[in-house]
Amino acid sequence: MIKSWWVKILIKGEIMGKISLEVNGRKVEKEASDNTLLSTFLREHLQLTGTHIGCDTSQCGACVVHVDGNSLKSCTALAADVNGSKVTTIEGLETNGKMHPMQEAFKKLHGLQCGFCTPGMVMSAVDLLQKNKKPSDTEIRDWLEGNICRCTGYQNIVAAVKEAATKM
Amino acid sequence: MKDFNYHSAKDSKEASKLASSSSAFLAGGMTTIPSMKLGLATYKDLIDIKNIKKLSGIKVSGKTVTIGAATKHVEVSNSKDVKKAIPSLSSLAEGIGDPQVRNRGTIGGSIANNDPSADYPSACIALNATIHTNERKIEAAKFFKGMFETALKKGELIEAIEFQIPEKSSYQKHPNPASRYAIVGVYVAKHKGDVNVAVTGAKSCVYNDKEMSKALSGNFSSSSIDGMDLDSSEMNSDMHASANFRASLVVTQAKKAVDAC
Repeated sequence: MIKSWWVKILIKGEIMGKISLEVNGRKVEKEASDNTLLSTFLREHLQLTGTHIGCDTSQCGACVVHVDGNSLKSCTALAADVNGSKVTTIEGLETNGKMHPMQEAFKKLHGLQCGFCTPGMVMSAVDLLQKNKKPSDTEIRDWLEGNICRCTGYQNIVAAVKEAATKM
Repeated sequence: MKDFNYHSAKDSKEASKLASSSSAFLAGGMTTIPSMKLGLATYKDLIDIKNIKKLSGIKVSGKTVTIGAATKHVEVSNSKDVKKAIPSLSSLAEGIGDPQVRNRGTIGGSIANNDPSADYPSACIALNATIHTNERKIEAAKFFKGMFETALKKGELIEAIEFQIPEKSSYQKHPNPASRYAIVGVYVAKHKGDVNVAVTGAKSCVYNDKEMSKALSGNFSSSSIDGMDLDSSEMNSDMHASANFRASLVVTQAKKAVDAC
């Protein structure tokens, strides 16, 4: 199935392939070299710069997006590798200009300071609530293991996730 | 990251046909992609095996649990069958990395990589696993050869890992607080007749601690290994833990594991 979209061509010596994804409900098709990371594809090919690149070594979690309903670190997945999938980025959470309850909760409870880790933090937390509707403090902290924040000290992030759990 | 050709194989046959001396199989990519990004590894071809249906899934029979190589950590940790048959294996999977790594990383990838601090190799040793490849069956004891080294030949693909269900077992690790890799992890499994004490993180490769196995086979109680003075001469020493501390941790974690059985 994926194969049929996978037409290899050579442009300027780079190995290129066609990437077809559904990103935030919109179908996209772009040529990209085989070594394109999903994070690069989202930011540079689709201009969805809400997904941040922090450490670029799959530790900090600023680049977390959802692929087919599960969170993953987009700096550690190839665009080719998720070809044909449904991707949701931070830009895809709002509905008709209204923030997602998780975004609202982060805003209300000061779950951020500089905001750099926030897109990944929010995407990771939304994935948690999809799987566990009423997580305990410990479960929230365990889940956010792969998301690093150097400003807040995490207290307000945990509080925001708990608040969002009452609204989702 | 340097250029490479990405291929998505539809079956093991196609995957091994595409393999060459400058290729690698790509499963979850949780180690392969970061290594390539850092320039520690370069390949001409990456052969994605995630879409090979036959490589994913969990089967439990009376005596064994067989897990397909491309089965993700999250699938092992959430599997009711695994929880029932070998609860320690499902809790091991739950303790790997973070949720995003568990959503993506695979058991076959972890074993093929044989990181000296990885969790799954200890499960293979403790649970007398058989590694099924597209060419043969390899006993775990003969599979892990050294640091990042296995008995796999070029182009040989792990298809499944078959674990023996023990009478009792427990995996206890002292994780690195940042990466959750094992500074020391000990997997104790009591089988009919003998006890395995598989240790990861302590040396350059996972191993079965014969001294502790012998003591525990005689008397399966943490008191029989209490205060045991292990030889630390071959143990790793780094900024996280000295060799002597690791030697002491091995005993502590083994005792914890026996008590948790």
